[in-house]
Amino acid sequence: MSQETSATELTREKAAANRQVLIQQIIRTVGMLPILILLGIAFQLMSGRFISPQNLSIVTQQASINTVLACGMTAVILTGGIDLSVGSILAASAMVAVIGSLVPDMGMIGIPLALFAGLVFGLINGSLVAFIGLPPFISTLGSLTAVRGVARLLGNDTTVFNSQLPFAFIGNGYLFGIPWLVIIAFLSVIVTWVILRRTVLGVHIYATGGNESAARLSGIKVWAVFLFVYGFSGLMAGLGGVMSAARLFAANGTQLGQSYELDAIAAVILGGTSFTGGVGSIWGTLIGALIIAVLSNGLVLIGVSDIWQYIIKGLVIIIAVALDRVRSQGGART
Amino acid sequence: MPSAPETTPILEMRGISKTFPGVKALANVELTVYPGEVHALMGENGAGKSTLMKILSGAYRADPGGELRINGEVIHIDGPLSAKTKGIAVIYQELSLSPNLTVAENIYLGRELSSGGQVDRTRMRADCQGVLDRLGATFGPATIVSTLSIAERQMVEIARAIHANARILVMDEPTTALSSRETDKLFDLIRTLRADGLAIIYISHRMAEVYELADRCSVLRDGSYVGTLTRDELSAEKLVKMMVGRDLSKFYKKDHDAKGSRGEIILSVSDMSDGHRVRGCSFDLHQGEVLCLAGLVGSGRTELARLIYGADSRKSGTVALDGKPIDIARPIQAVDAGIVYLTEDRKGQGLFLDMTVQENINLQVIGRDAAKGGLLDLKKARVRALDAIKALSIRVAGPIVEVGSLSGGNQQKVLLSRLLETRPRVLILDEPTRGVDIGAKSEIYRIIDDLVQAGVGVLVISSEMPEVVGIADRVLVMREGHIVGEVGGTAGVEITQENIIALAAGLAHPSAPAA
Repeated sequence: MSQETSATELTREKAAANRQVLIQQIIRTVGMLPILILLGIAFQLMSGRFISPQNLSIVTQQASINTVLACGMTAVILTGGIDLSVGSILAASAMVAVIGSLVPDMGMIGIPLALFAGLVFGLINGSLVAFIGLPPFISTLGSLTAVRGVARLLGNDTTVFNSQLPFAFIGNGYLFGIPWLVIIAFLSVIVTWVILRRTVLGVHIYATGGNESAARLSGIKVWAVFLFVYGFSGLMAGLGGVMSAARLFAANGTQLGQSYELDAIAAVILGGTSFTGGVGSIWGTLIGALIIAVLSNGLVLIGVSDIWQYIIKGLVIIIAVALDRVRSQGGART
Repeated sequence: MPSAPETTPILEMRGISKTFPGVKALANVELTVYPGEVHALMGENGAGKSTLMKILSGAYRADPGGELRINGEVIHIDGPLSAKTKGIAVIYQELSLSPNLTVAENIYLGRELSSGGQVDRTRMRADCQGVLDRLGATFGPATIVSTLSIAERQMVEIARAIHANARILVMDEPTTALSSRETDKLFDLIRTLRADGLAIIYISHRMAEVYELADRCSVLRDGSYVGTLTRDELSAEKLVKMMVGRDLSKFYKKDHDAKGSRGEIILSVSDMSDGHRVRGCSFDLHQGEVLCLAGLVGSGRTELARLIYGADSRKSGTVALDGKPIDIARPIQAVDAGIVYLTEDRKGQGLFLDMTVQENINLQVIGRDAAKGGLLDLKKARVRALDAIKALSIRVAGPIVEVGSLSGGNQQKVLLSRLLETRPRVLILDEPTRGVDIGAKSEIYRIIDDLVQAGVGVLVISSEMPEVVGIADRVLVMREGHIVGEVGGTAGVEITQENIIALAAGLAHPSAPAA
């Protein structure tokens, strides 16, 4: 064999290897998309009205708040942590938003106040993890309970209303025919993507989750990463609170946001983000959140009872992740 | 003569290839083994020995196109079980016994004898005794495996293979965990098995073992078959040349002249202590010199390096760079000052295995490269990665491959280039060639030599004596947390293994301690 042919062979092999890597990356990125599409087709066939502009608008609105929460949750889980307090923070922030909106002539102040409240709660979580070294599960389990109490305290344990909510358009209005809720959720995904994939901070988030001791040794400020991701998750929960208040013209500290954290975690995990951190993408999370919303909506459309909805949703999450596990293991073997 | 070429080979592998995503692990490899021979399989880490054996044992499937014959018949192995039924058994480095069960239960694992639905332990034990006697075991079939030594457990594994009528026995580095007496016993056992007509494929890095045992020796390099030597043809030079593909005369590259390139003192460490494992260590490192830190494992070398780098908190001690004291309480301060540290624990504390080669190489400089607002400069990152891959000859399909899929030597080069991208003035390398194959080792020495010629001060911690002797301009020896002496340099004592070991073990009077 002459030198030349072996050289071209080598480049060909290299190209083939590159292609394989690329295909793997696409599979990993696309992740659960096929399941989302299959679910959509199945519900369309069974109900005949799933894929209509009107229904799709409803589905995406239903997914919007969970998507926003799941953006923060993705960042947290990428560091190997967890944030159980987002539902409670959402409730407290929604209370702040409505109470703030009652200030005469400057009701819009409810929005920044709610975001600020969410950020503060998140930073408290982050400080507990970053500086005191509490396990994220424990510290956010604590704030799950404590912040729920704060939410009730804010309204003296009553529901607060504002029928003249100045930012009601967020929950009910449209921009160029697209619901504001959906626009906000999509912007949150974009912002999260930019942070995770286009900034130094994002690389540090992946690095911290992938190998915390290597991150420390290479000079990454691991404490700053933790402070950021929990702060970001709190901020996103605050935004979720604003969205929720705007939709309802009201907030209730007891009921609002109950078990929202579980849907957010489910969306992240469905999206293929590793529970141990370091691996995952925000696009996967978006697909995960959509799968959950499609399931809820589709099951109602085809008239499945409330009880069976729970059972089916739970099973779909387990099966989807199990399939993913089998597939990725198969990929690693070949 | 145990191996007679005119007999039918018990095993013939022809044209075996194996492709993993991004890497061609084996290309057109062949291997022919005769009954009654010990056939050594040699090659550097990553040469493809383990992959080939995994194909033989059914753990991997070869790419289509190859051929595998046993006793002249073409066969297909489509799983571990089918390999077993064809008489192939592998004794792995990590033993695969259930420690809570007895010897007999382990030997029969998966093939338990039963009578009326009940496990027939009596018959199993009686049956095993014969095999154990044949191997010369000093323990009985009813012994619980967890009470046995590593060597005895290995014997149980071999007994299990023999009992399952294995005709081809693969042994992967079987002596790694054995004492020399146990090794002798194992060799006797291997000779007995050979006399019984078994074929033994013996994987080892230790030349002495190959000389002692092997009838023939096949060598792999970079996933390709290089050739086979018979016992009479075996020589160290030939083997090394086949494994590395070139002469190793300039293995330890040291083009810089110890006196010529040595410049001013760049790093001064004084009275460094952690109050526990490092006690009052002081030394100077010059520009353009390789200073090795030798000593036994546990003598405090890594701990000292971590204290200097700010990875652990110190009780006392100061660090000065260019004569000016600098404050290093955290790694980031060391990196900013131009001091970097290569950890000995590459996978645990060095690399981000899930991240790409490009991300790993750029990790410590993305902050410097970034635009306003911390936005990544991906173009620059790609250029840096491609340059580093070329400069350090990292073998990888491209910069977006995950680091976890690379071989040890290439992973080490990625980690090293991550540090070099920060343009350090002082490089602390902790076991820089651990778990790295010969080819990559020699390249790492070349890189160190280049850096020293460029004026960098390099502090190397190494437990490999030939390496220390080969690359050091000066050696500091540590024992029990103290720097107990200096070899080479101005101390006047020649850098030899004997001189270093004498100091490390406390057998010599300490020479004048380093300034």
